[in-house]
Amino acid sequence: MHEYSIVQSLVDSVAAAVGDREATVRRIDVAIGEVAGVDYGLLTTAFEVFRDGTLCEHAELTIDRIPARWECARCGVDLPRGGFLRCARCNVPARLAAGDEIVLQRIELEVA
Amino acid sequence: MCQDRNTKPEPLELQTRILSRNDSMAAHNREHFLERGIFTVNVMGSPGSGKTAVLEATARAFDDARRFAALAGDLATDNDAARLRRAGMRAGAIETVQACHLDAEMVHHELHHFDLDGVDYLFIENVGNLVCPAVYDLGQRANVVVLSVTEGEDKPLKYPTMFAKADLVLLTKGDLLPHLPSVNVSAILDALARVMPNPRVIAISPLTGQGVSDWITWLTMCRESMLAMLEVYA
Repeated sequence: MHEYSIVQSLVDSVAAAVGDREATVRRIDVAIGEVAGVDYGLLTTAFEVFRDGTLCEHAELTIDRIPARWECARCGVDLPRGGFLRCARCNVPARLAAGDEIVLQRIELEVA
Repeated sequence: MCQDRNTKPEPLELQTRILSRNDSMAAHNREHFLERGIFTVNVMGSPGSGKTAVLEATARAFDDARRFAALAGDLATDNDAARLRRAGMRAGAIETVQACHLDAEMVHHELHHFDLDGVDYLFIENVGNLVCPAVYDLGQRANVVVLSVTEGEDKPLKYPTMFAKADLVLLTKGDLLPHLPSVNVSAILDALARVMPNPRVIAISPLTGQGVSDWITWLTMCRESMLAMLEVYA
């Protein structure tokens, strides 16, 4: 279960963003793609367990779930979900336009 | 959320990749491989799919196995590395202990005491797992997934992330098909085409030798195109 290792990286990223500011992290927004290989439930559980004693202890985690979207690499048309990943018109392989994100979008700090 | 009057929320827009540290280390590894002209493959697949057997067959089939090297990742034991050494391939083991995947830092650490002199092809045999290894870039040039016909026709549909990132699928254990009347290879290929944008599949059997030369040809061509690309940008 690599979600623990992702939470470790998330906490490190938040710490780097906060730097030496005197602040409490209140909110963490992440974007996780549908085919990023991250389980949303496990990520939430891992965060709940791992945040204790870190600067994310009092933060609420929100996950923006990004659906997978494949498009033709030539004409840009969206390909139907579950179908072959090749454009029927151009006969070229599709490219993943969205859905592989593992991104820390923003944090909200409470500054004294 | 309660806030007293002396505090104010301060949003901080970041938009950074959470695994950026791994990505940086992977980029460092990749640079190291490219400088030496080494074509590096991240070999992934389920436990028991035949990753080590494929690499053993590769070492035995190639004229000069000294050009091959492997780093084999497992939670425990160096059994796979020992098997590869017996097959004639230089091999090191990365014991991940608890981790279900290799990351770029583990590979980098191992490279510090692994002799790559004379090596043209490096196989990083990842921990047997169809989920976690797909998430971590190691600095490889190509992703190869070893999939056995015994795993079920819909395996690619169940683990789309792994297969979406694969440059090649090595379909193993085809020699068992006469005993598996319910397994339909065309259904496996159909599933792959729904999760891999450019599905390339080589049916390979370390037991009979089927497909081994096609696999070695694929490796050779990939390395040649990598070297040609390096020449263009030199």
